[in-house]
Amino acid sequence: MKFLVCISNVPDTTTKITFTPDNKELNKAGVQFVINPWDEYALTRAIELKEKLGGNVTVLNVGEADTEPNIRKALAIGADDAIRVNAKPTDAFFVAQQIAAAAKDGGYDIILMGKESIDYNGFQVHGMVGELLGIPTVAPAMKLDLEGNTATLEREIEGGKEIVEVSGPFVVSCQEPMCEPRIPNMRGIMTARTKPLKVVEPTGEAPRTQVTEYALPPKKQGVKLIPAESAGDLIKLLRNEAKVI
Amino acid sequence: MSVLVVVECDNGEVKKSSLEVASYGSQVAQMLGTTATAVAVGEATEANLASLGEQGISKVLYDNDSRLKDFVNGAYTKLIAAAAQQESAQIIVLANSNIGTAVGSRLSVRLQASLATNVVELPKTDGGQFVVKRGAFSGKAFSDVVLSGERKIIAVKKNSMEPLHNAGQTATVEQFSAQLADADFADAPKQVIMQEQAGGILLPEADKVVSGGRGMKGPENWNLIEDLAKALGAATACSKPVSDVDWRPHHEHVGQTGITVSPNLYIACGISGAIQHLAGVNSSKVIVVINKDPEAPFFKAADYGIVGDVFDVLPKLTQAVKELN
Repeated sequence: MKFLVCISNVPDTTTKITFTPDNKELNKAGVQFVINPWDEYALTRAIELKEKLGGNVTVLNVGEADTEPNIRKALAIGADDAIRVNAKPTDAFFVAQQIAAAAKDGGYDIILMGKESIDYNGFQVHGMVGELLGIPTVAPAMKLDLEGNTATLEREIEGGKEIVEVSGPFVVSCQEPMCEPRIPNMRGIMTARTKPLKVVEPTGEAPRTQVTEYALPPKKQGVKLIPAESAGDLIKLLRNEAKVI
Repeated sequence: MSVLVVVECDNGEVKKSSLEVASYGSQVAQMLGTTATAVAVGEATEANLASLGEQGISKVLYDNDSRLKDFVNGAYTKLIAAAAQQESAQIIVLANSNIGTAVGSRLSVRLQASLATNVVELPKTDGGQFVVKRGAFSGKAFSDVVLSGERKIIAVKKNSMEPLHNAGQTATVEQFSAQLADADFADAPKQVIMQEQAGGILLPEADKVVSGGRGMKGPENWNLIEDLAKALGAATACSKPVSDVDWRPHHEHVGQTGITVSPNLYIACGISGAIQHLAGVNSSKVIVVINKDPEAPFFKAADYGIVGDVFDVLPKLTQAVKELN
């Protein structure tokens, strides 16, 4: 079984977001980048399935050379080899084309990724890759099991879940509680250094969206405190002042 | 050229988020001097579809193929693509829901369209460019995005548009068929399991949410959360530690790796406000925090706060809501 896991390089959850003076890009100064938390579910589940059934896990990232520490981290967690597409991940369609191109070359059985990235919050790449390759997408999945050539998945829908069976190659976007994401151990970190990391150049058509400006949300006024003794006053404020009830 | 809106239905009803989508779509159509047609998916009734006229929709296409009652990514994509073709739609508007984004992302490739998800406002079309504002960085920022493709797909974030109230307006409902083949049902569900919804209100759709954290001390105390939620007509939710220890089910977990909500009112009870939790709730319009620790970081993100014991404060709030009603 050949697994392709797509990972995104994103600012750590605790990052205070600021932008470059022209507001066109994230200000990366002092920002710690991590593997997108949703992608960790995809990576760990692929490794678990490989350990059970045999096979190979390849990680793929679309990014410039500065993403390599996180690609090595994915190798340390247990992926076998890696591909870096040497380009800025400008938009979802651009990234999806890179993944689809790599998937065509590699003959993967299952393409996994997180349900969205915590920076762009696109929720787009999985569907685009599935469509580019002409294979089903199951998104977002809370559970993924394999038996022979058939995968059984739980897909979350608003208010419930669907049990879906898919055979043949497919794309899946992952979320909790699929597995408990792993962290690298010392042996993993040592072996990751020598695992193959191939760098390829991008391909495909130009992006179809362009970010012109980033902005921060308006600042909150500050909290209005109501004494616990007169808690009921809060309800009056919510009706008369905030007008939300 | 027209605008096509995708309307999700459940148990015969049009989902609230889809009313917002229809409102968005008809307003875009008005901006562009054209009409908005809807294509409905899920289990719908003709009367409910006709009432989309109140949202400014003139016509609703509906395929009553029973295989389309539950979500199937492949078939829904083909159905909506066929509707877009028939209506010569240049703009497709759908909900930023699990269904909407799964279908929208496939459609964008099939129709060679520009796609923007998580959109929070009507587009700006000055200077010949089509620009939408969308949420990014898990609620910490917004971005303006130019959709440069000839066709455009917009997924509208829940609770960012008001439904319209054009009383008495009705849409015509037309039977529509996309000639679906078995291959379009490769991801058809074998089984659909719906959750019990507290008070019948779906958390991702709710405009009021009452949420509990570890400060609730145990699942046996959740009646305090449920009582307030019931009085307010709110959905209930919880923090990650609470669902991790199984006090509450996973589908109630809001936060970075759970559900993202953006209700008009979010009441956090005994939740400290870790950044991972805030990422799931920070685009709520009004945030109320009840916590006995005055240093809880959540107060910094709150509009209203009560420093106090949830076991003392919650019954008072429930009582006050009942008196108000």
